[in-house]
Amino acid sequence: MTSLTEKRAPRTHDQKHKIRGKVQRREHLTGWLFVGPFGVVFLAFLIAPLAYALYLSLFQKKLIGGTSFVLFDNYVKAFTDPSFLSGAWFVVRFALVAIPVQIAVALAMALILDAVTSLFTRFSRLMIFLPYAIPTVIGAVMWGFLYSRSFGPLSDVFGLFGATAPDFLSSSLIFYGLLNIVTWQWAGYYMIILYAALQGIDPTLYEAARMDGAGRWQVARRIKIPLIAPALILILVFSLIGTLQFFNEPQFLRYLAAGTIGSDFTPNMYAYQQAFGLANFNYGSAISFALGGLVFICVYAFLFFTRKRRSFL
Amino acid sequence: MAEHPNISAGHRRPQRHLPLQILLGFLVIYFLVPFWWVIVNSSKDAPGLFGGGNSLWFADQIDYLGNLRQLFTHDGGIYVRWILNSTLYALAGGIGATVLAVMAGYGFAKYRFAARRFSFAVVLGALMVPATALVIPTFIMFAKLGLTNTVWAVILPSLLNPFGVYLMHVYARDAVPDEILDAARVDGAGEMRTFLQVALPLMRPAVVTVLLLSAVASWNNYFLPLAMLSDNRLFPVTVGLGLWQGVASANNAGGTSLWSLIILGSLVSVIPLIIAFFSLQRHWRGGLSVGGLR
Repeated sequence: MTSLTEKRAPRTHDQKHKIRGKVQRREHLTGWLFVGPFGVVFLAFLIAPLAYALYLSLFQKKLIGGTSFVLFDNYVKAFTDPSFLSGAWFVVRFALVAIPVQIAVALAMALILDAVTSLFTRFSRLMIFLPYAIPTVIGAVMWGFLYSRSFGPLSDVFGLFGATAPDFLSSSLIFYGLLNIVTWQWAGYYMIILYAALQGIDPTLYEAARMDGAGRWQVARRIKIPLIAPALILILVFSLIGTLQFFNEPQFLRYLAAGTIGSDFTPNMYAYQQAFGLANFNYGSAISFALGGLVFICVYAFLFFTRKRRSFL
Repeated sequence: MAEHPNISAGHRRPQRHLPLQILLGFLVIYFLVPFWWVIVNSSKDAPGLFGGGNSLWFADQIDYLGNLRQLFTHDGGIYVRWILNSTLYALAGGIGATVLAVMAGYGFAKYRFAARRFSFAVVLGALMVPATALVIPTFIMFAKLGLTNTVWAVILPSLLNPFGVYLMHVYARDAVPDEILDAARVDGAGEMRTFLQVALPLMRPAVVTVLLLSAVASWNNYFLPLAMLSDNRLFPVTVGLGLWQGVASANNAGGTSLWSLIILGSLVSVIPLIIAFFSLQRHWRGGLSVGGLR
């Protein structure tokens, strides 16, 4: 591409200067024309709702006396509300288990698919990615059917061995039931991102390592994984953001797991319940905003600890 | 692991590694089990579903056509409407978000304008904002404008895709050389024409990726339409199936026939996206690596 311009007759300094100046004058305006439409949407559907949620969260609506300014009372209430706290504790606990599991599975699959090439691996790559094309709620309901006592296969399968089937929709096992669903749903997507990054590594590096006597495992551990660290961090951040705002799967499974998943199961479900179930928009906004703050803190703490590896932001 | 000093052709050479392939085989089975269950069980009617037959095999009498007819005619054909609504939301939201993201990403990458660094930093910060935190305030804003319970309530917020802007920025920065743009300008092309005819073709893989990601996000969206819509004729298929689930489990006696519709409905609803992904495979795979590699 550069050779194209190099082939042209060299421009005089004056000409270049003229072009530069003209371009620079236009740049401010044109730049904003390109960014502007997105900017409008950004202001209208991100900045404005955020500001509005903050504003709403500072008020309280009472049966007597109407709406009044209460400053941070809603937040004090949220952080002493057992419903919010137990939901927040659940998503944090869930994130600590689910994210490493998802990424370990995705990384293992990506390494296998990168190292072994056959028709079958190409087929596997697509099949493993398939769940990403499924809406999360549909994925949840499909697994819900599989877990279900009334029409799932688990009791048949365990019956073969004379064992009772675990009930993944019961309150003691729902954690693992959901863990399986999110792993199934997202591991393939993360695998594709990691696989793409692995394919982007210069193969001569492996040659050099092999010359030095490195085995396959060492190549994977010392070359492949360090080189795709930026991709790993990217998907870690995404899964962190996604897991902390857990909503779709538990909300949808509520119908199949009656009694196990309450309306305050996760902070997002609780906010939804407050806002749309009880028309308590002020408190709902406060919970949303508190959750947003939690996500922000977790992500920034994570990025801070990995800042040496980070290059994507 | 065993070393292969004689393989000097290197890494890309086809290798079999049977144990790894067998492990992969088990993983593929795991990822396909739910699909298998849904395919098999949508061949059954309600008695077959609850009758205790083999839940991992087809019914004795396979009746897909009858079940499909039931699905498409139940409640005045509401399911077909839901699929069409989902399509509308995915296309309008996806295309709109992509146009905005491509223009903004290109603008951020190729123009030095006032407050550029600051604005881009704000967009990156927005990646961390949980989308669901915006639903409640957006709902109240829309309620005041009389926009709730309209298609706009679902489409307009879907136009926002900061990750798409980030992806396009990275891609435009690397794949569109400044020299080519300058050359086009010297040749007398306007900024818009330079963008459309010179830059856009170079950015195609990333554009397809952003389009697919935004369309999938809209198609899969559940929280936003659930909050915004109350008229079930406007529901996308995700919210619609949720409605049926609620009815089916609340009313266990009369609702059993609905379960077979929900199962078949789940199956039918995933087909369009699977087709889109497979047919566009060649295009999006190149684009996906962008976000992770830098």
